[in-house]
Amino acid sequence: MSQHGDVWVFAEVDEGKVADVSLELLGKGRELAATLEVRLGAVILGHGAKRLADKLFAHGADVVYSAEDERLAQYTTLPYARVLTELIREKKPEIVLYGASPLGRDLAPRVASALKTGLTADCTDLQIGTYESGGRLYQQKLLQIRPAWGGNIIATIVSPDVLPEMATVREGVMHIPEPEAGRAGELVDVPVILDSECAAVKVLERQTHPRRVDLKAANIIVSGGYGVASPDGFRLVQELADVLGGTVGASRAAVDAGVIHHDHQVGQTGTTVRPKLYIACGISGAVQHRAGMEESAKILAINSDPSAPIFGIAHYGIVGDCREVIPRMIKALKGKL
Amino acid sequence: MRIIVLVKQVPDTKNVTGEVMKADGTVNRGALAAIFNPEDLNALEMGLEMKERFGGEVIVLTMGPPRAADILKDSLCRGADRVILLSDRRFAASDTLATSYTIAQAITAHLAPYDVVLCGRQAIDGDTAQVGPQAADKLGIAQVTYADRILNYDGAKLTIRRDLGRAQETVEVTPPVLLTVPKSANSPRWPNARLLLKYRRARSAFEVEAEAKAQGRTVDELVGGLRARGLFVETWGAEDIGADLARIGISGSPTKVKKIENVILTGANLKLFPADDSGVRDLINELIDERTFG
Repeated sequence: MSQHGDVWVFAEVDEGKVADVSLELLGKGRELAATLEVRLGAVILGHGAKRLADKLFAHGADVVYSAEDERLAQYTTLPYARVLTELIREKKPEIVLYGASPLGRDLAPRVASALKTGLTADCTDLQIGTYESGGRLYQQKLLQIRPAWGGNIIATIVSPDVLPEMATVREGVMHIPEPEAGRAGELVDVPVILDSECAAVKVLERQTHPRRVDLKAANIIVSGGYGVASPDGFRLVQELADVLGGTVGASRAAVDAGVIHHDHQVGQTGTTVRPKLYIACGISGAVQHRAGMEESAKILAINSDPSAPIFGIAHYGIVGDCREVIPRMIKALKGKL
Repeated sequence: MRIIVLVKQVPDTKNVTGEVMKADGTVNRGALAAIFNPEDLNALEMGLEMKERFGGEVIVLTMGPPRAADILKDSLCRGADRVILLSDRRFAASDTLATSYTIAQAITAHLAPYDVVLCGRQAIDGDTAQVGPQAADKLGIAQVTYADRILNYDGAKLTIRRDLGRAQETVEVTPPVLLTVPKSANSPRWPNARLLLKYRRARSAFEVEAEAKAQGRTVDELVGGLRARGLFVETWGAEDIGADLARIGISGSPTKVKKIENVILTGANLKLFPADDSGVRDLINELIDERTFG
């Protein structure tokens, strides 16, 4: 029997499905639970969300805690925070992880405050390790690793004296492991006790817009930045992407310039991607952008400034004007592919 | 309507220029300029607009070192009615839990009853977005994060639009409530010329102390004069807000920093190709050969 409590993942329901970030966290949660020799739990709240339990088992959960109530059908802060807080008080998990989605970032701080425990936002990595302070050695603590100061530093945060250790984790940085169909686990029904104060916020209307592009699924991404931030510049980027069967991405500079929609943005405030090939056209490579693409298998940078930071992480580079280099690439590719 | 706006002075992490880069390629954090957290300006703007539409007063509160009084003076020049600086050495090294406790304690002790608490969605130094929801919990009130439009207030209920990126929600809530405000909400107004002139002489308690010493006058004398003219930036410490010392600063902060690493570019064995036709052809051949595409 391990001396630790279990590792939990809050399973977010998005449009009737388990959110990708929650599946990513189950993968990481599996590793953490194995290291601590404890079980992996998933908590799912909703009205009709219990049917998703099998999906959570298949992705690695040993236990699924399911709270079913019509007052939980749509996410609102107070009912979700109340149910989760009470469940954590009762079951005493060691670690609770949330996706750093708008929902996770709304819910997790509220729960942390109610439990008077620590919470680290927007982690990009989690490990189990030691922490030493005041001559005391803490073993097997959750090391919560996250960028700060606009991505200029990476901080490792611990919550040594409180439980549970809690973190939100950025979407897209961890891998979704292959599900194991038919994998079974323990399903626990959670009682839902809410008072009228929990109904303070009423959702009158909700509209969702599907993403215009699926950058995460793309094998090849051709991204444009400040150096091509004009309608003509992005026509070239699009054309190169079309020839390669790739998807168009963008840096924040191009999105801010209004030449492309934010859904295409790669980086800290956009999507994190790791395609087989990332072509950065006219992108200088600020830390905020690199944070979203530096794990690409191959990076090709085209930039007129030889000292642009993007060359520091690129595998291939061409120092030159995109408006001349991209048409040459298109011409050469049309002859080859 | 009593509107309280929570603001923070932050290092300007979005404008890291060559001057603040050290020789080893890392950022000299102490050299970054201290600015008004951008989304807190959106929160202040929303507060000022609510006051204009529904009547009431706007109180701006910050926790920080003495120089954080700068953003409070800025708030006065943009139209805030009253400003308060929470500053005490014992507040230093607070994480989000201790910060939210301190802020909530100040509000509960001296600023209740209130209707709306506003703060920016997140601050650009930590990007945590935690202090707002945690303060709402400590105050025991509802929260609406990502609030980008106040659609209506009928005297009892606020109707608010939330911008969640891929989703938009319209919600209804009865105050008191805490809202966090994203940058999409509005364009913050600039400081007003008349107010800039008026608040040129505004002083915080720390500045008064230094000036009293220099002028050989008593602190009380100076504060009295400033107060009478509405130029004194109120400053509260731990005792003023009745804070439990175990819940503030480092002792009230469950999270600890184990390690800080500077981000340094890691070279990836860059292979450069010439920008001419043959260089581009060679590059494409190499990508095809190693099966990256083709």
